[in-house]
Amino acid sequence: MKTENQKAWFFVLPVLLLVAFNAIIPMMTVVNYSVQETFGDNLFFWEGLTWFEQLLRSDRFYNALGRQFLFTFLILIIEVPLGIAIALSMPRKGFWVPVCLVLMSLPMLIPWNVVGAMWNIFALPDIGLLGYTLNHVLGINYDMTQDPVAAWVTIITMDVWHWTSLVVLLSYAGLVSIPEAYYQAAKIDGASNWSVFRYIQLPKMKNVLTIAILLRFMDSFNIYTEPFVLTGGGPGNSTTLLSIDLVKIALGQFDLGPAAAMSLIYFAITLLVSWLFYTLMNREDLNTEGDR
Amino acid sequence: MQKRSIVPIVYILFLMLPIYWLVAMSFKTTNEILAGFSLFPQTFTIEAYVTIFTDPTWYWGYINSIIYVSLNTIISVCVALPAAYAFSRYRFLGDKQLFFWLLTNRMAPAAVFALPFFQLYSAVGLFDTHLAVALAHCLFNIPLAVWILEGFMGGVPKELDETAYVDGYSFPHFFVKIFLPTIKAGVGVTAFFCFMFSWVELLLAKTLTAVAAKPIAATMTKTASSAGYELGLLAAAGTLTIIPGAIVIYFVRNYIAKGFAMGRV
Repeated sequence: MKTENQKAWFFVLPVLLLVAFNAIIPMMTVVNYSVQETFGDNLFFWEGLTWFEQLLRSDRFYNALGRQFLFTFLILIIEVPLGIAIALSMPRKGFWVPVCLVLMSLPMLIPWNVVGAMWNIFALPDIGLLGYTLNHVLGINYDMTQDPVAAWVTIITMDVWHWTSLVVLLSYAGLVSIPEAYYQAAKIDGASNWSVFRYIQLPKMKNVLTIAILLRFMDSFNIYTEPFVLTGGGPGNSTTLLSIDLVKIALGQFDLGPAAAMSLIYFAITLLVSWLFYTLMNREDLNTEGDR
Repeated sequence: MQKRSIVPIVYILFLMLPIYWLVAMSFKTTNEILAGFSLFPQTFTIEAYVTIFTDPTWYWGYINSIIYVSLNTIISVCVALPAAYAFSRYRFLGDKQLFFWLLTNRMAPAAVFALPFFQLYSAVGLFDTHLAVALAHCLFNIPLAVWILEGFMGGVPKELDETAYVDGYSFPHFFVKIFLPTIKAGVGVTAFFCFMFSWVELLLAKTLTAVAAKPIAATMTKTASSAGYELGLLAAAGTLTIIPGAIVIYFVRNYIAKGFAMGRV
């Protein structure tokens, strides 16, 4: 049981100061921009909530938001089950374990713009390995700069390639923490593979899966660099996710007010969904503790 | 067992394909790349690598990146250790709210904060220094570090602390001599994740630097736009960005498997 100790605040203070410096000051700048209009030269005019109203009435915003949700939804339903399946089929010990882990972690350690650039040259129709194989060996007409479906398939595949290993690593860590005795007991009881998974492995993985899902949600919902480098938001606007649209407005058109309003709404949505995940999973924690 | 190992093998092959393509391309001449498809380099050349290792604007990009990433990893782990200890051992006013607030900082779209960050770090006179990037990356790395470390520390029984105090250890002495060695694996895993997320993040790094602390990615972008389409050179630069990460993961490979198993994460 934890003890009550207000002095613990001193331990947290350095973290608090460092994070607050980076979080609160820029956040206040964004809030400032969101209620003002500027024509450059540091001249600002009070606009009130105009930008917010304008934004919530624009189709462009809802379209970009919809694409962002679609992207996050698709990668979560592919990466989480796939990651668990791969973790389950990995060897538990021996020489191959570190080899597998190192190789699987490689994609996560590549800078994001390199990931985008590398998938770009990988998918080029005539000179990329993927593009060439699809077009000239399998005879599928594939060009992600022309066809929105191909563009979507490419960014989803890229993200699966990039991040499934995170789910694998975390699930695997949960799996190896299960004592051998549990499996023996299950064997004696004649439990099927499914019930071993459902009643032993899944509950043991729950905590790490929570972290994996939360991390994947937050990062995929804010993803910018990789799809931007890969497709630039095209063809047309078909892969313009909310983050890409935001940067277009903020740095491309230098409309700071609308961009700031948009980022606050963006942040609020991320916060809300993450909070839902967080409380839902914490509540389940309490339930399982009650069972014991 | 044999049938099961097919899945990881197929998965790893899938992961290696784009990486192979990048590496293969880095050994081709630009003419060969643009002329058409070839599975292996026909005219094998290391010209791209020679350019990178002899041109200071290229290799300084790598050195800059490594400096700020290491700096960030050290800062993040050092300040996260006491905080994680507080969260795992004590209850205090607003602890749960604070913990969630820390996590929310991973959710802010970095693209949004680029401009305010630029203004903030220009105002405090840190613009274009390694420290600026290292501090800015604390925004998302410290919350993660606290989160992971708290998980590991929660797995250490409280009796360890109490016994040490009974034995007359002071808090700092106990923390460094007894507690840290116990959660060594956790510190390793945390450092790895901090290194990874700082190494791969480039939007803020690019925004906060101009010349003196310019990361490798900025050099790459400049080449991509100014020198036309030097794919071979870019592929070589990309290949080299994989290497530091690969070295780090090689060192922590055992901690990753063992480390996570130990903590209650």
